[in-house]
Amino acid sequence: MNAAGNNDFKNSQSHVINRVQLSYLAAFNLMVKRDLTIALRHKDDILNPLLFFVIVVTLFPLGIGPEANTLSRIAPGIIWVAALLSTLLSLDRLFKADHSDGSLEQMLLSPHPIFILVLAKIVAHWLITGLPLIIVAPLLAVLLHFNEQSYGALLLTLLLGTPVLSLLGAIGVALTVGIKKGGVLLSLLVLPLYIPVLIFATSAIDTAALNLPYGGQLAIIAALFFGSLTLAPFAVGAALKVSTN
Amino acid sequence: MFKWLHPYANPEVSYHFCGKLQPWLFSLSALFLGIGLVWALLFAPADYQQGDSFRIFYIHVPAAILAMGIYLAMAIAALSSLVWQLKLADASAAAMAPIGAIFTAIALITGAAWGKPMWGTWWIWDARLTSELILLFLYLGVIALHNAFEDKNLAGKAAGILSLVGVINLPIIHYSVEWWNTLHQGATVSKMGAPSMSAEMYWPFLMCLLGFSLLIAALVCLRFKTEVLARNSMRPWVRELAVNLITQYSPASHNCSNQEAK
Repeated sequence: MNAAGNNDFKNSQSHVINRVQLSYLAAFNLMVKRDLTIALRHKDDILNPLLFFVIVVTLFPLGIGPEANTLSRIAPGIIWVAALLSTLLSLDRLFKADHSDGSLEQMLLSPHPIFILVLAKIVAHWLITGLPLIIVAPLLAVLLHFNEQSYGALLLTLLLGTPVLSLLGAIGVALTVGIKKGGVLLSLLVLPLYIPVLIFATSAIDTAALNLPYGGQLAIIAALFFGSLTLAPFAVGAALKVSTN
Repeated sequence: MFKWLHPYANPEVSYHFCGKLQPWLFSLSALFLGIGLVWALLFAPADYQQGDSFRIFYIHVPAAILAMGIYLAMAIAALSSLVWQLKLADASAAAMAPIGAIFTAIALITGAAWGKPMWGTWWIWDARLTSELILLFLYLGVIALHNAFEDKNLAGKAAGILSLVGVINLPIIHYSVEWWNTLHQGATVSKMGAPSMSAEMYWPFLMCLLGFSLLIAALVCLRFKTEVLARNSMRPWVRELAVNLITQYSPASHNCSNQEAK
């Protein structure tokens, strides 16, 4: 009886150990899959920021006037500012639900480094919000009479730039997740940090419109991407520890 | 080496230390600012191109330099609070943020006042102006985050992380804006060895810079003291201090307590 109980205990312990020994990659994949599944079950979480993006972009021609020249001159700025704003709107769901149902604290307590889990959540967030933006953006570019040479630049800057938006935004969300009215505060914290991406992305698109090489700007956006990819998860982890206390 | 620093981790000791430092800092800053501003505004030679309107330089440039400097100091305080868990470093960062924001605003406003006669407009989307404006936004973000938390310790930690993120981003923002657009005149005083201005103009400027830095130090001391008091309001030494103040300033209550004692 005693021996059997012991055995049971051992079994359960080894079971626990097996679960603990999830490799970093497996934990990362699991987290991405979990977040994607949750997002796919709430489809409006994906659709609403996208819809917002489309509506904001259509507001600009209505406000400025339909001349093709003016529109194609300011189109890169419009698309990028709209992308910033819609990313900002979607950021809230990154940690909010997990914080309110307590799973965020479990993640912080798990044996896996917080870096991995946070990075997985950010990757999932980008797949849900950044990727649809990149797919929709060329269509909106057509509406804004984009220069034909600059479509490639638009796609490349969005591809490199939107992950930066997700990464930097995650810091702001992690800081404000514990606060009740964090939404407006979040924009105050995050938008100034988005400025370099905005500047270089629009400058790359403008340069491409003049048929000049825009590799320099792309390289800087790539540098911002890799810099934030390596540093931001640490800041997010520290901020989450403060927020969950 | 750190042996003489240890006592200042105690809020009471550093409170009294700041209290002692504060009058010196205030009077020294009054001295330097008095000499520097009078010299700069009345006696320093006028610029051969910009005439007398260049004199706002003596307020604008120290404010702009120190606005950046305070942000750096705030980030260093935040780092030391995160790394060494010094609670007082949080208090000092919280003390510095509004002062930095005010100095950034001063730099922007004097810059606008200088820009009107020189460039013909109040505002230009020039690199330095823009990055100063963004610096103001960063300060406001830190202050807003401070106010958003009920718990002062949590607020300090969160704002600390934000100011560290900001200090990494500040040079990136600065250079990105610089490549974006530049009209501002080049740096005049950054070359310490050979400043591109004459000595008669340079010395009053140094006086003003020193005076403003001392003023900031004094203000930080003042705000730091109130932060320390607010964070330790339940401690016996703070209560004792409050009781002493009350008895000192209201003799009536002093007599009252004496009578009760009798």
